[in-house]
Amino acid sequence: MQAIEKYTYTTPTLSPKAQQMRDLMTNYITIVSRRLPDDVTKKLKDLAQIEVDPLQQLVYDTMRENQLLAETLKRPSCQDTGALQFFIKCGAQFPLLSELNAILKDAVYQATQKAPLRHNAVQTFDEYNTGLNIGNGIPSVFLEIGDNSTDIEIYVYMAGGGCTLPGAAKVLMPGEGYEGVVRFVMDQMTSYGINACPPLLVGVGVATSVETAAFNSKLALMRTVDSVSPNANAAKMEQLLETGINNIGLGPQGFGGKKSVMGVNVVNTARHPSTIGVGISTGCWSHRRGKITFDAALNYTLPMNKGVQL
Amino acid sequence: MRTFHLTTPISDADLEEIRIGDIIYLNGTMVTCRDVAHRRLVEEKMPLPVDVRNKAILHAGPIVKDLGNDHYEMVSVGPTTSMRMEKFEEEFVKQTGVKLIIGKGGMGPGTQRACEKYKALQLVYPAGNAVYAATKVQKIVDAQWRDLGMPETLWVCKIADFGPLVVAIDTTGANLFEQNKIEFNRRKEAEIQKINAQVRFIK
Ligand code: SF4
Repeated sequence: MQAIEKYTYTTPTLSPKAQQMRDLMTNYITIVSRRLPDDVTKKLKDLAQIEVDPLQQLVYDTMRENQLLAETLKRPSCQDTGALQFFIKCGAQFPLLSELNAILKDAVYQATQKAPLRHNAVQTFDEYNTGLNIGNGIPSVFLEIGDNSTDIEIYVYMAGGGCTLPGAAKVLMPGEGYEGVVRFVMDQMTSYGINACPPLLVGVGVATSVETAAFNSKLALMRTVDSVSPNANAAKMEQLLETGINNIGLGPQGFGGKKSVMGVNVVNTARHPSTIGVGISTGCWSHRRGKITFDAALNYTLPMNKGVQL
Repeated sequence: MRTFHLTTPISDADLEEIRIGDIIYLNGTMVTCRDVAHRRLVEEKMPLPVDVRNKAILHAGPIVKDLGNDHYEMVSVGPTTSMRMEKFEEEFVKQTGVKLIIGKGGMGPGTQRACEKYKALQLVYPAGNAVYAATKVQKIVDAQWRDLGMPETLWVCKIADFGPLVVAIDTTGANLFEQNKIEFNRRKEAEIQKINAQVRFIK
């Protein structure tokens, strides 16, 4: 039997500017691991006021208390800190574009020790945990060259196993229509949704094939919980699904209650005339998604975390 | 919803009145115990190196800090999906005499039978609240099967007011999540009907 070649990692040599960006990203990842974005915090507060039963209130109280403790004790708020993902829109003239992959991987590596994050990278087929929280393809970096600017916009996302599990995509025949999309999403809610730590943020992607639909559904989770699709029909579907899933009444942790979701976001792109691709991704109540923007001089903004400084 | 405060060792009588949907706060001894530990006991016939009779187990893989000299600190602990242990739990309860099975989400008919027959409860800690839970662990008093690595080690914890723990299966065999599931599926069908009347975008 051939010996398994173990995954190794050595910190790359980065330019001084890239080191600066790496350090800022390390700090931001650490913050994302313990502090929920403003839209999620607000939504949980609103939902806590709607759930009047003592059992549901107790769950929401525990969540609030846990987030306070995480902030004070500076620890990750949930033990499952996910496998890091970055969704990026980068201007073609952003000066650190060539070092971007190395910066992000090293930031995850550093944040793993700093936060500390759980070691969540298992090399497939060889089936061992790298013990570093990075591996082949982890973190995953999805890059889109937006325009010719010198700015970059990065979404940071940590999803645990529980809320990754409901993810699915399928290609429907046009005859199944948007009714088929609805059935696909709703079925996933009652089978896997319960164990994904509701109230959920549900991302729905509509496109041509499995990967485009699935990718759209993940992008949908990057939008804030109360955001509305710019397409009128997609916005209508968001509203209908949100009401419908809420009426199933999963409640926090699936204990039952008035609400099931923090929101439903639909992201759609054009489709081939013969197919409708549908994808679903779910975010748990502990939706650790952040957004950071940099300009060429590495001045940053944190639009989802008011008052936070790195 | 009624609230109970229990302390290990737990007797059959302590659990008699408790029903699904009730809340428990636990004091005493709780041992983390998940996939491989269940497999070792049930399939490999290896005796559990920790006595959990009349005590509690938690389906969890915690983050533990090694302070040296066999001292440990619980940094973060939250439950993992209990359904993965369903296959083993009936036999596990029978052999060990454990009284409280704590985890995330529902469990199935094997655990229901075990809870009824051996007078035990399945409980759910609201997942995602790992820092809160860790602060309820006063001390890690023992660690067994260290060879399994940090997540799978049997961490013997002294706990105070550990909870809230929601009763998901009681000693009559009633199952909160199974009951909910039937209701959720019924409502879902009605909602799909309503929505589908309004999404005929392809004309
Ligand atoms: S689903 Fe989310 S909150 Fe629940 S255990 Fe996983 S990461 Fe934590």
